[in-house]
Amino acid sequence: MADPGDNATPLLDELEKGPWPSFVTEIKSMASENKMCKDLLGQLEKSYREKRGYWKHGGIVGVMGYGGGVIGRYSFLAEEYPNVAHFHTLRINQPSGWFYTSDAIRGLCDVWEKHGSGLTNMHGSTGDIVFLGTVTDELEPTFAELTEHGFDLGGSGSDMRTPSCCVGPARCEWACYDTLHLTNDLTQTFQDELHRPAFPYKFKFKMAGCPNDCVASIARSDMSIIGTWRDDIRIDQAEVKKYVDGGINIHKDIYANCPTRCISWDGETLTIDNANCVKCMHCINAMPKALRPGTDRGATILLGAKAPIVEGALLGSVLVPFIKIEPPYTELKDLVERIWDFWGEHGKNRERVGELIQRVGLGNFLEAIEVEPLPEMVAHPRENPYVFYEEYFEEGDEDEEEEEDE
Amino acid sequence: MVTDRKTDIGPPNYEQFLPPIVKANYGKWKYHEVLKPGVMVHVGESGDKLFTVRAASPRLLSITKLRAFADLADKYCGGHLRFTSRNNVEFLLTDQANIDPLIADLKKMNHPVGGIGNSISNIVHTQGWVHCHSAATDASGVVKCVMDDLHEYFTEMKLPGKLRVALACCLNMCGAVHCSDIAILGVHRRPPKVDHGKLNKLCEIPSVVSSCPTAAIRPTTVDGKPSVEVDEDLCMFCANCFSVCPSMSISDPLNDGVSIWVGGKVSNARVEPMFSKLAIPYLPNNPPRWPEVVGAVRKIVEVWAEGAHKYERMGEFIARIGWPRFFKLTGIEFTKEHIDDFKHAGLTYKRSAQLRHV
Repeated sequence: MADPGDNATPLLDELEKGPWPSFVTEIKSMASENKMCKDLLGQLEKSYREKRGYWKHGGIVGVMGYGGGVIGRYSFLAEEYPNVAHFHTLRINQPSGWFYTSDAIRGLCDVWEKHGSGLTNMHGSTGDIVFLGTVTDELEPTFAELTEHGFDLGGSGSDMRTPSCCVGPARCEWACYDTLHLTNDLTQTFQDELHRPAFPYKFKFKMAGCPNDCVASIARSDMSIIGTWRDDIRIDQAEVKKYVDGGINIHKDIYANCPTRCISWDGETLTIDNANCVKCMHCINAMPKALRPGTDRGATILLGAKAPIVEGALLGSVLVPFIKIEPPYTELKDLVERIWDFWGEHGKNRERVGELIQRVGLGNFLEAIEVEPLPEMVAHPRENPYVFYEEYFEEGDEDEEEEEDE
Repeated sequence: MVTDRKTDIGPPNYEQFLPPIVKANYGKWKYHEVLKPGVMVHVGESGDKLFTVRAASPRLLSITKLRAFADLADKYCGGHLRFTSRNNVEFLLTDQANIDPLIADLKKMNHPVGGIGNSISNIVHTQGWVHCHSAATDASGVVKCVMDDLHEYFTEMKLPGKLRVALACCLNMCGAVHCSDIAILGVHRRPPKVDHGKLNKLCEIPSVVSSCPTAAIRPTTVDGKPSVEVDEDLCMFCANCFSVCPSMSISDPLNDGVSIWVGGKVSNARVEPMFSKLAIPYLPNNPPRWPEVVGAVRKIVEVWAEGAHKYERMGEFIARIGWPRFFKLTGIEFTKEHIDDFKHAGLTYKRSAQLRHV
């Protein structure tokens, strides 16, 4: 029997104090009209009291014909908090660049008011809109209404995860390719891979328009596509002078921070040794009105980033130093297919592509996906002499070799 | 009914959501300037000006709040808004005169404006006790406490450079915190407790055995039932076994807590991207306000803010002053846990006599 203090949340109430917007206030704002939110507060208060979570391992739930997009979640405290006994999450594929109209937002809200907790994440770590908490029976109706509004589910489990991108050319002068278009195109091209998990483990794409990498693609995506250029940084000398007059010290602020010291200033003219520029973006970031990326633009593709589980965290490493990124993106998609084929055949269960490369060696991996080894792919050549030479001469081979050479 | 069912339609095309000024200047922006905290202007080749106002959000948003954001977008932005990769909400304006009224409305709703330029942006974080089965700490609560304390660095631009903080509530790192200036990471510290009664029904024993990166798990039989045993000396608490098998429960209120990592970055600016490194192996879970974590993060921020050169990120700052001085300035104790003992650990040992003798 509920005692009078059951609805009290003295610990969570502490998180309504202070200047930062409060998630507790968000949950409470729904609690009078939504029983799930009321029980969520109850269970969360108990977590705060006992210092532990009360959610069970995910179960297999979803919508018909899809293997991903729904994260099953059940409470250990179903008797105490029956309205969160099931509390499944839906991942909804966000529009590229996270742009919305107010009507689109209201449409999503209406669906979720009817079918779930009314709580969301804008957005989840992979980039999806997250609908936080509903029961199994509501999954299919929610999905049907979402598709009526033009939205579809995102990825989860061992599938292609929802691709995401930075704001790109929509609002950034540094975007070296159309991150929004490529993200949308890859998502649409690989709908089957997104909805029906058939990979050894997850595979994430993130599109960043320039080496500032505002979507952390080099740390967070199996395939990181980072915009870059290969011609000269464009310089507006008059604007450089204005920055100098405004207090920028070119030697200290720019030259000393340039990783290859390829920039110089004689008091009148800024000069860049573009052959030695590594496209780090620092000088452009510091003087955006004076310096701009070049016009021969494309991207660097890096492969294999991941968080620690299982064998340790990895940053992406260079697979393609420079590639033009233009529709219909055939070269890129062919490369992706070759990587998925090899990984699908040789990857172990729960082995990300970065870990597969560690296990088989980058050289062997490149051979399998038909990509030539290049010095851009390594920080430096190997330091140990334990080379797995694959061929050797037999007695008698030598003469033939010499004859051929002549 | 089934025949009417729509599937595989993918996300709505972003183009229908772009404001007219964005469509007109798409790919033709010339430069941008930060006008004041949380406000910037992008100027197109055309001369068009697009003003952005960035406001904080707790990431967990109710539909009530989303509708309020939609109303603001109608009132000031022709019905357009967007969200950022760090869970902020952005309002895009063409009329500069609307900036201050919008900011005033946002403040009334308790959503501070900031996070642009040399500031702390929003903390990227995970679900924690709100929704996750493997959390070693809460996520939203710790973030709220840390940002309550650091909010002045969000609403002002008084830092030497950018500071990116992230939180993940376990080593799965859904928040991929491993390349952040400051990472707050939930940790388990007690080996899994095997439920021998249920394991054989719920889990595949070979998968459980092979899930362990250190080969600490071996098949065994307990009371006649097939199960597994854990060599506790080999366990480093990654919880990967629990991910594949619910009968390997690793949560433990007595031992779970928080670790702090510093000096990572993803941007290529100046120095290459870097992993975060361990600063504090363990702080207790102390809800609701996590004072130990809040205090530790503030101390690290203040040491960096005081000592870093212009533009210098946390990792660049520490590389310049050296780790011994970082530990000295922050007052953090250097312990055995700070020395890597996993694979390729030796690569992190100091291999020169270049020392500062601080």
